[in-house]
Amino acid sequence: MFHYTVHTSLDVVEEKISGVGKALADQRELYLGLLYPTEDYKVYGYVTNSKVKFVIVVDSSNTSLRDNEIRSMFRKLHNSFTDVMCNPFYNPGDPIQSKAFDSIVSTMMVQAC
Amino acid sequence: MSPAQWDLPPELCCRPMAFVALTGLDVVYNAIHRAIWDAFCANRRADRVPISFKVLPGDHEYPKCRTKRTSYEWYIPKGILKTGWMNKHLNLVPALVVLFYELDWDDPQWKEKQSECATKVEIVRTSLQGRNTKVAVVLIQKKTPLPPGEDLVASERASALCGACDLSGKSLFVLPHTDHLVGYIIRLENAFYEHAQTYYYNEIRRVKSHKEFLNKTTHQLLFVRHQFKMGFFSELKQDTQNALKYYRTAYSLVHELRAHETNMLEIKTMAGFINYKICRLCFQHNTPLDAIAQFRKHIDLCKKKIGSAELAFEHTAWMSKQFQSFGDLFDEAIKLGLTAIQTQNPGFYYQQAAYYAQERKQQAGQLCSHEPGVGYPAPDPLETPSGALDFYGQRPWRQGHQSIDPPDSEKEKQGILALQVKERDVLHSELVIALLSNAVAQFKKYKCPRMKSHLMVQMGEEYYHAKDYTKALKLLDYVMCDYRTERWWSLLTSILCTALKCSYLMGQVKDYITYSMELMGRASNLPEEQKSRIEKNLIKVLMNEVPQPEPDCDLASVKTAQSLWSDRISLAGNNEFTIEVQDYVPFVQCKAKFLYPSFHIDEPVQLHVYVRADCPHPVRFSKLCVSLSNQEYNQYCLLEDASKEKDILETSTQENMCLVPGKTRKYCFKFVAKTEDVGKKIEITSVGLMLGRETGRCVYLNWRGGWGDAASSHETLQASRSFKRRTRLPEQQVDWDTVAIQSSTMIISRVPKISVQLTHEPPALTNEMYCMIVTIQSEEDTVAKDIKLTAGLKPGQDANLTQSTQITLNGSEVCDDSHPALLPDIPLGDLQPGQKPLYIHCVSTGSRILLFHVAYSVSATVEGKDINCKCHKDETVTLETVVPFEVAMKFVSSKFEHLERVNVDIPFLLMMDILSASPWPIELVNSEVLLASSMTPIDQPQSQVEGVTLQTSECASECFLLKCPPVQNDTSTVASGHYFISWKRKSAFAETSVVRTMVILPHVMVENIPLYVHAELPSFGRVRESLPVRYHLENRTGLVQDVEIGVEPSDAFMFSGLKQVRMRILPGAEQEMLYNFYPLMAGYQVLPQLNINLLRFPNISSQLLRRFLPSRIFVKVIFFRPQIKNNGRPCFLVFLVGPTLGLRYLTFFFFTFFYQLSK
Repeated sequence: MFHYTVHTSLDVVEEKISGVGKALADQRELYLGLLYPTEDYKVYGYVTNSKVKFVIVVDSSNTSLRDNEIRSMFRKLHNSFTDVMCNPFYNPGDPIQSKAFDSIVSTMMVQAC
Repeated sequence: MSPAQWDLPPELCCRPMAFVALTGLDVVYNAIHRAIWDAFCANRRADRVPISFKVLPGDHEYPKCRTKRTSYEWYIPKGILKTGWMNKHLNLVPALVVLFYELDWDDPQWKEKQSECATKVEIVRTSLQGRNTKVAVVLIQKKTPLPPGEDLVASERASALCGACDLSGKSLFVLPHTDHLVGYIIRLENAFYEHAQTYYYNEIRRVKSHKEFLNKTTHQLLFVRHQFKMGFFSELKQDTQNALKYYRTAYSLVHELRAHETNMLEIKTMAGFINYKICRLCFQHNTPLDAIAQFRKHIDLCKKKIGSAELAFEHTAWMSKQFQSFGDLFDEAIKLGLTAIQTQNPGFYYQQAAYYAQERKQQAGQLCSHEPGVGYPAPDPLETPSGALDFYGQRPWRQGHQSIDPPDSEKEKQGILALQVKERDVLHSELVIALLSNAVAQFKKYKCPRMKSHLMVQMGEEYYHAKDYTKALKLLDYVMCDYRTERWWSLLTSILCTALKCSYLMGQVKDYITYSMELMGRASNLPEEQKSRIEKNLIKVLMNEVPQPEPDCDLASVKTAQSLWSDRISLAGNNEFTIEVQDYVPFVQCKAKFLYPSFHIDEPVQLHVYVRADCPHPVRFSKLCVSLSNQEYNQYCLLEDASKEKDILETSTQENMCLVPGKTRKYCFKFVAKTEDVGKKIEITSVGLMLGRETGRCVYLNWRGGWGDAASSHETLQASRSFKRRTRLPEQQVDWDTVAIQSSTMIISRVPKISVQLTHEPPALTNEMYCMIVTIQSEEDTVAKDIKLTAGLKPGQDANLTQSTQITLNGSEVCDDSHPALLPDIPLGDLQPGQKPLYIHCVSTGSRILLFHVAYSVSATVEGKDINCKCHKDETVTLETVVPFEVAMKFVSSKFEHLERVNVDIPFLLMMDILSASPWPIELVNSEVLLASSMTPIDQPQSQVEGVTLQTSECASECFLLKCPPVQNDTSTVASGHYFISWKRKSAFAETSVVRTMVILPHVMVENIPLYVHAELPSFGRVRESLPVRYHLENRTGLVQDVEIGVEPSDAFMFSGLKQVRMRILPGAEQEMLYNFYPLMAGYQVLPQLNINLLRFPNISSQLLRRFLPSRIFVKVIFFRPQIKNNGRPCFLVFLVGPTLGLRYLTFFFFTFFYQLSK
């Protein structure tokens, strides 16, 4: 079910990225903010300069997570992802099988709950 | 209850307009009345005032007005809003009743008519008893009225009529029935509109005035009602700003009501109505954000107000409707010019509506699944005496009931049961699908392709639940490829599972096979046991058996499906399916490649096909075939199961045909290419793999281009990026990712075993017959037959080169244009290594590429087949062409002075300098001057450079003594003629022929001269010895000329003769003048200057004439008398100067010798 939510949110991500002009692409804010509202979830997006997309789906009723918290979550996620990419044994495009990355993600999940 | 129960009433959704009733119009039989009515109601454009007109009979009964309450003290309201109220004020109670009456001011029966009119007004007034509705009278008149104040009768009668009808002057109108009807009507309706506005204004005030009588405990419902009514009246008055204000108050009041289970529906219904009005007005005021905010607030407030748990589906139905109607409003606003964005468009509301509709369906499924025995309750609790509800949102079985507990629990139960039974019959899927398709249309508009796909999946699933498998499959199939290209395998898997169920239930064999294949393959993330189950089913289908049903299918549908499948089995034919693999990700992968990008004709073409399966169990195939661009080779690339047993599960000896999961199989094919295919490309057009048997049912997987399905291109990319070291696999096994694709190969001719050598001496000289010797040597084992040489300019160069290059085999004569630039197919016979001299004639300079193409045939044996191979070898050489020599020409006088122009009949010299530029020595064979008619040689012109050999940079010169015959005009430019040089390269390499090069001599200006002077004097003088000089003056004109001659004195000479003389010379005559000079000094001495003055030709200066005369003479000291006699003819001698300087040149001198000096 969430796969669909994440997948459909890419429409908005795509639109937001294409909206930014080529010249501004370097200074572009990576955090895209709330992508679209649904009744039950809030979907946030983040796109790295190399067009890697992160999506966080939060329950609508969760009010403790504000924009800033979400932003810092994305930053953490991005840093961790960069570490994964820096691993010379990782082949870009393969599924991520990094313990460090997993633990970062799960601690974020625990915090959010 | 019908599904329309949740629809908003139309009177709520329309735009309220002031209601004006027209009476006294007979629109059926009276043409004038008809025209008036049409003018009122036809073509109402937006700029007309918003009034809804209705024609009513004069005695129409209007709704009765209840007696006005004076006190609300004991009044307990039964509901919020009566169901009929809005309609009443929109369509039944007019704001103004207009009476139309035909009466002219000068009507003869004025009195009678006036009283009739008054009666009619009275009838209307009576039927409006108690209402504040105004009455107005319109007199339809035939005559055009005079300007006001002029018609005294009219004003008098008007006031009389007003008095009789008890009307104010403002309520009496005149409508002249003339040409300008529409104009009058528009003015009329504006007046009506004003009256209507006053009416509604008064109504609002009236409702407002009730407020003071109300108290907060018992009259809460009335607060809401009154605010709503004021809002509605304001809308009728077209005062939307105030209407919005009233509605907003009403909305907050409705949520202040005490809510309990019994009145929850009423509260929600009213809240929904008011919310609808607010949102609608916000959109109308172009404040969409307010509308959205209001709607969000509305949803947040109402989301939790579920009401009765047994009727939970009612809440979801209501929620769904809220979203849907907001979506509709939003969409309507967009149609009127509002711009929506990707993240805020009606689609989201439709989607949410669909979501609630789905939830409603689920709840209905849970709450309404009664025992089959439970029927609809006998006295219908939903039946009301009037057939409709009194108040919006109330229960029919307890209308007007406002306390917390239901009055009759048994009745309540029956009512709920009735509602549940009704809900059971609702076609929920249809509702969901309609909403989803609305949402799809919106998302399509706002560039959300993925959202659209997602909704289409939901639609497909809904169709599946609604058992419309055909539509479900169509939708799912449509979106599947999107998910496939985006590689969301988890989503694709779930869609495929639904699709598989659909195809199973419909007995669609091909679809069933296709989806199974994909679900078994690497694109699906189903657990192993599921894959294994699907594979078993697939094998069953391939064996023409009925597959096991898919899990979680409707039992009844499974039954029909099973019979469908068995029907399919008994049905013969149509059991062969072809699946184009590039659109799917099946469980078998294939890669076909040629071993090399090119093969020589004398070696076999090798082709490898790699096949791999990802399914859980080994699978057997019965045929593997490769189609190539030349279909003749297909027969060599075929692998077929030789054993024709029926059972494909039986282990045959051909282990070869079994695919073990995860292992790559390699199949090699080999064939000998045909000689016709030399130089052609052979491509793999497709690879086919047959599963199943032709006798039973078979599937033919077809890889177009020999490899690749919907996922492979990305996988290949991924593999190429991968750092992973390939583990060494045992012999015969290949790592799949390392197999590179080579889907085409070239057949190229056999490697020639001959050598071609070229011998020549570059560079070539322009115009020369340049010799090249081609040596061909065979190194073949067998006889090389039919050797053919093609030599010449390589095609594809500058077109000018083709024109200026000629090739011939015959070197003895110079080529002309008729010779080609390329000599094709010079037969050289068999085998014998030969030499062939070849001559090239290059007319222009520059470099050119020459091609030597040697073709021959030889027989060879490949794989036991004898083939006749054609071989060829190309040799190219770049040839530089240079100019052999340059010729410079000039005209000089007999004194070797450079001449700009020559004089008629006066001898001059033509000098040629030939400068060699060739790196090779050139032998000048001969040279020749071919003079034009305008020149004549003075003596026999004879070549002076014959046989001279010029080395590089050497120069040869020669000169010819010429003169020009008289010309027509005084001066004219004449051609001189041509100069031919016959030459050849001096080479030991090959005898070359003589080339004759022509040089065009320059044009020269010829001038007539009126007087020709020449001197006759000894070649030298002696000191103190008389030197006789004879001057000849020739008149070359047809006129008698006066000539003045004077001799200037000189230091070196004394002289005797006429010092100054004036004479006349007859035409053509010659005058001789004799002087005796007496040299005084030795050495080169300047002769005394002769001044000649032509009186008739003042422009001929003495300077010009002096050119013909010697200016100096050598004077010797006397030793002895000289004996050399000057015969008057110049003598030519050859001087060779400074061979050591490296710059040799030949100079011809005209000189007179003194032997004293030579000593």
